[in-house]
Amino acid sequence: MFRNNYDNDSVTFSPQGRIFQVEYAAEAVKQGSVVVGIASKTHVVLVAIKRNAEELSSYQKKLFPIDEHVGIAIAGLTSDARVLSNFMKQQCLGHRLTYGRNMPVRTLVDMIGSKAQINTQHYGKRPYGVGLLVAGVDSAGPHLFEFQPSGMTEEMIAFAIGARSQMARTYLERNIDKFADCDREGLIRHGLRALKESLVQDRELTVDNTSVGVTGIVKAEDGSFKVEPFQVYDQQDVMAWIESVGDDKEGGAGDAGEGEGEGEGEDMEVDS
Amino acid sequence: MAAMFSQNPLMNGPNYSISDTPRINAPEGAREHRFDPYTDNGGSTLAIAGADFTIMAGDTRLASGYSINTRHYPKLFKIGGTTADQKDATIVLSVVGFAADGEALKERLDTICKMYRYRHGKPMSVKACAQRLSTILYQKRFFPYYAYAILGGLDEEGKGAVYSYDPVGSYEREQCRAGGAAASLIMPFLDNQVNFKNQYVPNSGEGHALQERERRPLTRSEVEVLVKDAFDGAVERHIEVGDGLQIMAITKDGIEEVMLPLKKD
Amino acid sequence: MDHRPQAWGRPRDDIYGAYDGSYLQNSGPKTATQSPVVTGTSVIAIKFKDGVVMAADNLASYGSLARFTDVKRLRPFLDTSIVGFGGDVSDMQFLDRHLNELAIDESYEHESTSAAAASPEGQGEQGAATSAPAGKLNAANLHKYLSKLMYRRRNDFDPLWNQILVAGFDGQTKPFLASVDLRGTTFSSPSLATGFGAMLAQPIMRKYAATEEDAARLTRDEAVNVVKECMKVLFYRDARSLDRYSIAVVTKDGVELSENEQLEKQSWAFAERIRGYGTQTV
Repeated sequence: MFRNNYDNDSVTFSPQGRIFQVEYAAEAVKQGSVVVGIASKTHVVLVAIKRNAEELSSYQKKLFPIDEHVGIAIAGLTSDARVLSNFMKQQCLGHRLTYGRNMPVRTLVDMIGSKAQINTQHYGKRPYGVGLLVAGVDSAGPHLFEFQPSGMTEEMIAFAIGARSQMARTYLERNIDKFADCDREGLIRHGLRALKESLVQDRELTVDNTSVGVTGIVKAEDGSFKVEPFQVYDQQDVMAWIESVGDDKEGGAGDAGEGEGEGEGEDMEVDS
Repeated sequence: MAAMFSQNPLMNGPNYSISDTPRINAPEGAREHRFDPYTDNGGSTLAIAGADFTIMAGDTRLASGYSINTRHYPKLFKIGGTTADQKDATIVLSVVGFAADGEALKERLDTICKMYRYRHGKPMSVKACAQRLSTILYQKRFFPYYAYAILGGLDEEGKGAVYSYDPVGSYEREQCRAGGAAASLIMPFLDNQVNFKNQYVPNSGEGHALQERERRPLTRSEVEVLVKDAFDGAVERHIEVGDGLQIMAITKDGIEEVMLPLKKD
Repeated sequence: MDHRPQAWGRPRDDIYGAYDGSYLQNSGPKTATQSPVVTGTSVIAIKFKDGVVMAADNLASYGSLARFTDVKRLRPFLDTSIVGFGGDVSDMQFLDRHLNELAIDESYEHESTSAAAASPEGQGEQGAATSAPAGKLNAANLHKYLSKLMYRRRNDFDPLWNQILVAGFDGQTKPFLASVDLRGTTFSSPSLATGFGAMLAQPIMRKYAATEEDAARLTRDEAVNVVKECMKVLFYRDARSLDRYSIAVVTKDGVELSENEQLEKQSWAFAERIRGYGTQTV
């Protein structure tokens, strides 16, 4: 029995004008745990929920530094992401070597866009099974980009991809006006709140399952602007942020706050 | 090219980089008409390892022939920091010889160290970095980087480490080393002052019975004075050395950098 | 009669013997510039407190022949930097075309970044931090790029026979001036000069700007006057120079380039006092 005749490769259109392999790749992104990115005028943050395959295993990394001014958050196949991450790292180093500057974020994102598109138009190739949020700063300020396996890239003010990310996007849409003037800490808190929206019931943000990545532009003492290098925060470094969004209702999360407030943070049991 | 592997003034004539010294073997009127990819930009470097520090130094003159291209050319580079400003670097590379090759060598080593950090999440050890630098140099064995490199840092035990190289990658770990144009002037001074060569205990005997002065590691302040003296001497006697002195001190707390003036004549 | 096109215009084999076509072969070793042909002489430049002045005369020499007398050897880049070329003129023109391409690519890149959705009005204040429009190559970036290009060509034993000065601003809005030559050697200094200028003009300029601090005190007019004075000295003493020259000033407001300057207030009185040449005795 045939369910679908048009999904054996990525070079054949279906009669409806769809390329199923590319759409399936987009499904792989939705299997990944949720990541959120938000940009303000000065900073751009990435926050992510890490998953562990089982109780005894370690948590899968979700945030990767690319260069001092760029980092990515991934949702989907981690191994595919690592290929893209290595590629981006090489490109950034190469650009720095030939021009002596940070690679413009848009240029970098266009490169992985073109790279991924090739996989959707050649027989025997497979689209990347991963979506990215690319956060970076350049001389035009902070940027946040979304990348999809189809090769689509788009600049965003705030976005979320991965499992149940619609809830996070709803939060972001509701608060979109607040982001531009947000400071660094405020932006991180917005990110964490959006993340919380996407959690299934009786799941919490813990120091074990939360990652935060930040880069931005900071004013130095001499008045010039410097890049705050992209850095990933895990474990104890994210505890204060998690606690600060432990029981607040800011941002007007519409749903009823189910029993949070008690025992947040440190001794939280590892979720499965 | 023989000149670049030998610092012997007797073989090469006076140790200038200028190529218009009289040609002895060339037939009358014969002119070489080929692009020469190398020049020697002069300058000198020096590194001394202490018990828990390494001090590296280099002058900041960039010469070609009798001209001074600039008085502000650094020969010491921090290697392998996380970011381009090398704030958290722990290794210093000094290069002297052909400046463009030196620059290329520095950037290659730095990129490799940065990739190492990215892959392994920790900085490269000096020992590993030293080995890698040798490989980089040897890879260009038949079109060498014309650069005398010295690598400095702290080893796994926290002791000062200095590795010195020839242009094609031979290297060894040493207590101290001078490189570049005035190496032949500075190195004997270092042998005497750092390794106490030819220093004997007074009245300890005659001939072979003479007792050598006991070796002891120098303190940081002693080394700093030594470095300045070595360069003041080199400046006096070598036309390609001068203008400024760049010093870097590598300790467990990081890398301190100072600039001192040298004679500009 | 041999009508094959290969034989057109060639000496007849039956009279002159077999034709030696070896020079026509396009296989065999690749040829590269082994020496410059048509050349430009000195380029000089000096930093001042809010920019850089650069000058070069309009002459292209063929050996000792003053072959082309209206050749512009300074070119602006993106209206934020100036590039000055000494050495081979054909290599300069190659680089000029290459830089045009680079500038076009860079402008497109800038266009796409500025249309970005999430780059908010915050740009305004950051725009103040980097005087060049966002994302565009500044002089320091351009110099780095050219040095990589020149070094690459020297590694291929196919050098571009030039010494190049690049002037403009670095990322931190400080005046920038640096040089790169045919071997990829790079250096930077408050004042720079190529070729003959390194002997004649550089000592004069160093009197006014020995250090960065000195240069940061020079006014624009002072810097322009120093450069004009140096051009005069070069015309007096450099036999491959011309009294028509180009002068460019780069500041935060952009590049001002004047390509038809004439040396003013020349005085050849000193020439009478020169002794010791030719048949002249005492």
